[in-house]
Amino acid sequence: MNYNDLRHFADSWGLLAMTILFLGLVAWPFRKGARRRNEEAATMIFKDDDHG
Amino acid sequence: MDGLVIKAGGWLALALLALVMAALAVDAPFAVHMGIVAVAALAVLWATVSQADYGAMARGLLKMPASESVYDDDPVRWGVIATLFWGIAGMGAGLFIALQLAFPALNFNLEYTTFGRLRPLHTSAVIFAFGGNALIATSFYVVQRTCRARLAFPKLARFVFWGYQLFIVLAATGYLMGVTAAKEYAEPEWYVDLWLTIVWVAYLAVFVGTIVKRREPHIYVANWFYLSFIITIAMLHIVNNLSMPASILGSKSYAAFAGVQDALTQWWYGHNAVGFFLTAGFLAMMYYFVPKQAERPVYSYRLSIIHFWSLIFLYIWAGPHHLHYTALPDWAQTLGMVFSIMLWMPSWGGMINGLMTLNGAWDKIRTDPIIRMMVMALAFYGMSTFEGPMMSIKWVNSMSHYTDWTIGHVHSGALGWNGMITFACVYYLVPRLWGRERLYSLRMVNWHFWLATVGIVFYAASMWVAGIMQGLMWREYGADGYLVYSFAESVAAMHPMYLIRAAGGAMYLAGFLIMIVNVWATLAGRVRAEKPMTETPYNAAADRPLVAVPAE
Repeated sequence: MNYNDLRHFADSWGLLAMTILFLGLVAWPFRKGARRRNEEAATMIFKDDDHG
Repeated sequence: MDGLVIKAGGWLALALLALVMAALAVDAPFAVHMGIVAVAALAVLWATVSQADYGAMARGLLKMPASESVYDDDPVRWGVIATLFWGIAGMGAGLFIALQLAFPALNFNLEYTTFGRLRPLHTSAVIFAFGGNALIATSFYVVQRTCRARLAFPKLARFVFWGYQLFIVLAATGYLMGVTAAKEYAEPEWYVDLWLTIVWVAYLAVFVGTIVKRREPHIYVANWFYLSFIITIAMLHIVNNLSMPASILGSKSYAAFAGVQDALTQWWYGHNAVGFFLTAGFLAMMYYFVPKQAERPVYSYRLSIIHFWSLIFLYIWAGPHHLHYTALPDWAQTLGMVFSIMLWMPSWGGMINGLMTLNGAWDKIRTDPIIRMMVMALAFYGMSTFEGPMMSIKWVNSMSHYTDWTIGHVHSGALGWNGMITFACVYYLVPRLWGRERLYSLRMVNWHFWLATVGIVFYAASMWVAGIMQGLMWREYGADGYLVYSFAESVAAMHPMYLIRAAGGAMYLAGFLIMIVNVWATLAGRVRAEKPMTETPYNAAADRPLVAVPAE
């Protein structure tokens, strides 16, 4: 593994893997049933609030 | 009892070891630092011995574990006080060096008070001491509330707090004595870096440990931001500070990288310190405290996830924009510029999410000065994350780089975004942490808000003018191809701008001092009798039905 191998990996398979990972993570909150879970998560900070 | 003796003996041994290292030190600053370490070890020894419960030991009782049904807020309280304490030091140093630029006599012709030594003291004190303590304190507060679990590893959490203070003291005294690794925002030398690494790993363990024992199914988005901040700072800190000490008993080390590789590693570190310390960490504060203060859930939880991952994936590539038109390969400069411009979108995703949380409750800006501070913080976050991508464009950077425009940009982000959101969070926390009915005075929060806001406007506006003027003067060629202005002429032209900047900084500091008084009085349990920020207009005489009056 020298510098050239690494950079060819970085701008081919590495780039592809990062792009797919990123798109997958961004698509994740759009999956079916995510809306309800998101709502729960967003409002949980107000549950049984002892500080008002 | 045996355990106590072993512990006390261990601290004593550590203090003695530090003293031996001080005696063998090859340079004076290292000896001073080992002396500080010895004093710290002796202080822990004293605390261990004086706070031990001897009665319980004599009766052979085991120490009861702390109740799991209350949150562990002691480190949070200490952190809030440390934030305010270091804030005074950092902002005071900032005002002083601003005045040094206008009046060089203030260097006092003394090596310890020159601009070159006080400048890293200022930047580290405000970023790592003021901002870092705010981040540690709020993260311990938020992770407990959002996980509905008591802090994991309570002793380690206390070690994180005190260990971090020791790091700050070693770094700050080192700068004054001229100890520096010569890397911006990473000036501490190798042994201080190693110490911070230990503290930071402990911090990660406490934070992750608390998340692991959570009683809630979801990990609230603020914790995502805190976690990314902790992990990324660990990675950046370790890689950028890879170095070889010249002596194991000395304060000098040499970086593992050289030349342009060193420069790129430094700005990969430097820009991501901005991205993950000053952005991700403070966004975590925003995602908990803005919804809580507004009493409304975050505008879009989905947007928070999307902009989180976009920040993570884009920020790490933006560093090369600090090295435009240097020995760095051209493609790397362009890569840095392109990613910096793309960063504009996820940054504004965060700003929009924070601001729109107030949707339907905009009147709170009028009635609640804490909300007003949060909104101003988000507005400055939006402004500086637009300005940053713009300045990363090579064409703009060719004029703005090395000028005071950069200083103005940094301060509109640091004073406007980091400072304001920290103030708002401290105002939120203080009455709750110390069980007070409310802050001593809301009207003083309002004064703080306006002094800070006007101060930033003076600061940023004068630095825009100064920066553009410098940039244009430096590149002004005459008809015969010579530079029109000497460097000294551009310095002389800066003088009025430096005065305006110092005035803005003084206003910002004055607002902060008002905050100190306000928090101090709140801790003392006082409540100021004052006119409320909002009135409820009511006219009983007019509030009745119309009755038909018979004609006369």
